[in-house]
Amino acid sequence: MWTIFRKELADHFSSSRFLIMLCLIAMVTLIITYMAGINLREELSGGSKPGSAFLMLFTTSGRFFSLSQFITFFGPLLGIIMGFDAINGERSKGTLPKLLSQPIYRDAIINGKFLAGVAVIAILFTSLILLIAGLGLLTVGAIPGINEVARLIIYLLVSIAYVAFWLGLSIVFSILFRSVATSALAGVALWIFLAFFTGFCSSLIADAVAPVDNQKNTQQVIANREVKHKISLISPVNLYTDATSTLLNPYRKTSKSFALLGPMERISMNRFQNPLPLGQSLLVVVPYLTTLLSLTVICFGAAYICFLRQEIRST
Amino acid sequence: MSAVIHTQGLEKTYAGKKVVLELDLEVRQGEIFGFLGPNGAGKTTTILMLLGLTEPSNGTVRVLDMDPARNPLEVKRQVGYLPENMGFYPDLTARQNLRYVAELNGIYGNEADRRIHDTLNQVGLEDAGDRHVQGFSRGMQQRLGIAELLLKDPGLIILDEPTLGLDPDGIRGMIELIRQLRDERGLSVLLSSHLLHQVQQICDRVGILNEGTMVACGSMNELINQKTAEGARLESLEDIYMHYFHSAPAARRL
Repeated sequence: MWTIFRKELADHFSSSRFLIMLCLIAMVTLIITYMAGINLREELSGGSKPGSAFLMLFTTSGRFFSLSQFITFFGPLLGIIMGFDAINGERSKGTLPKLLSQPIYRDAIINGKFLAGVAVIAILFTSLILLIAGLGLLTVGAIPGINEVARLIIYLLVSIAYVAFWLGLSIVFSILFRSVATSALAGVALWIFLAFFTGFCSSLIADAVAPVDNQKNTQQVIANREVKHKISLISPVNLYTDATSTLLNPYRKTSKSFALLGPMERISMNRFQNPLPLGQSLLVVVPYLTTLLSLTVICFGAAYICFLRQEIRST
Repeated sequence: MSAVIHTQGLEKTYAGKKVVLELDLEVRQGEIFGFLGPNGAGKTTTILMLLGLTEPSNGTVRVLDMDPARNPLEVKRQVGYLPENMGFYPDLTARQNLRYVAELNGIYGNEADRRIHDTLNQVGLEDAGDRHVQGFSRGMQQRLGIAELLLKDPGLIILDEPTLGLDPDGIRGMIELIRQLRDERGLSVLLSSHLLHQVQQICDRVGILNEGTMVACGSMNELINQKTAEGARLESLEDIYMHYFHSAPAARRL
C-alpha cells in the first residue's frame, strides 16, 4: 500500500492539474488575506485589539468573501479534482489489470490513493494557513495566543476532513463510472446541488412540513426554522460552514442563526460578550464534526465495496 | 512432467450466461501451451480465474499447486500476467514503470535495480530504459510488458494476445522472445493468440476453446494429421481451427 501511496503522492505533486490548483488557491488566499488584513487594521485602529483579532483574518471578508468562505466553496472542487479519475483513469490507461495482477490486496489500491490525496490536502492546507498567519502578523500585527492556535489547528483538521469527504465521494464516482468525464461531471453536479440547492430544497420542505401562517407567530417561525436547518444539514457544505464558523468565532455560542434567538437571549448575548472558551466551542462543533467524519467513512466504505465487487474485465 | 495449471470442471456464469463450461485444462511444467479460440470464447475469463481475479462459479483450479481463489497473493507473486492491451504510465520512463511494479512485488533498492537492468537487457530495451513510455511503439510497449512480468521471476507466465497490433517483424521478435524465455529460464507459458501459424511454430500443445468448452486439446503431433469424419486430413493448425469454426471452406480447400 505504501508503494502506491508514494507513487500517487509523486503523481499529484508533478501533475499540472495540481499546480494550477495550487497557483489559484495561493493567489486567491493571498489577495483575500491581504484585503481582510487591511480592512481589519482600519476597523481596529484606535481601539484596543479584541482577543481574537488574529482569527478574524480568516472570517473577515475583504472585498469578495472571507477565507473560510473560500475554503468552504473551493474545498469540494479540490477534492473532486484530485479523485475523479482515481480508478477509471487507471482503467482507461490499461494499467488497472496490471495493478490487480500484482501481489497486493485490491483495497490497497484505493487506500493508497485516498491516503495520498489526504496527504496532499493536509500539506496544502497547512502551508496555506501558515502563510496566512505570517501575512496576518505583518498586516494586523496581532499575535495569536495558544487558544487561537488551538482553534486554528482544529479548523485545519475539520477542513481536511471536509475535503477528504469530497475526495472519497469522487473516488466512488471514479469506480462507478467508466468514463473519466462522467465521473468528473457527477462530482461537480453533486457539489453544486449540495452547495446551492439544499438551501432552496430545505425551505421548500420546511414550508410544507411546518407552514408559517403568521409571521408573528413565534412558535411557527421557530418550528419552520428548525426543520429548515435540520434538512440543510444533509449537505456537508452546511455542516462544515456551521462547524467552522463556531470554531473561528469565539463569540458565537451556538450554531443556530441569530434570528432564531428570542429577545431575552439576544439581550443576554449582548450583555455578556465574552468569548466562549475553546472547550465549549468544541462542544458545539463535535456533533458536526462527527457527522462529517462519518459521511467520509460512508463514502470510503462505499468505494471499498464497489471496487471489491467490480469485475475487472477491460472490455 | 508435473502440471503448473490444472483445472477440473471449471465453470463461470456471468449474468445467467455460461461463459466457461466444464473446462479441463492442463499446462505442464516447461511447455508453451497455445490457448486458441475465437473472440468471446472465454479465454480471458479463464485466465482471470487462473489468477484469482474472478471467482469461478464451479469447479477447481490449481495453479502452481495453489488455489488462486484462496491464495491469490501467492499466485500473483509467482505468475506473470500480460493482459490484453497492457497499459503503462505514459509520463514515467520505462525504468520508473518497472520500478513501480518491482516495488509492488516487494523488490526494492539495489535488487530492484539489478533486476530492472537484467530484464531490460533480456527484452532488448536496454537503450530505451530512460525514455518516457509515451513515445514507445506498440512493439516496445509489449516488450516492456514482458519485462514487467520477468521482474518477479515467475515460474509461469500467462500472455493474453501478446502479438496483437504488432507488425510482422514485431510478431517474429515476440515469438522468438517467448521461445527464448522458455529455453533459457525454463518458464511455462500459457499463450493466447490468434496467429495460428506462429502458434504452431512454438507451442508444444494447444487447446481450442469455443463457447466456453474445449473442443480440441493435445500436442501438435496428436492434432495434426488427424482425420475428420469426412476423411479429410488436417495438415496444419489452421486447418484444425477452421475445421471447428468454419468447417466448409477448410474441407473444400483440401
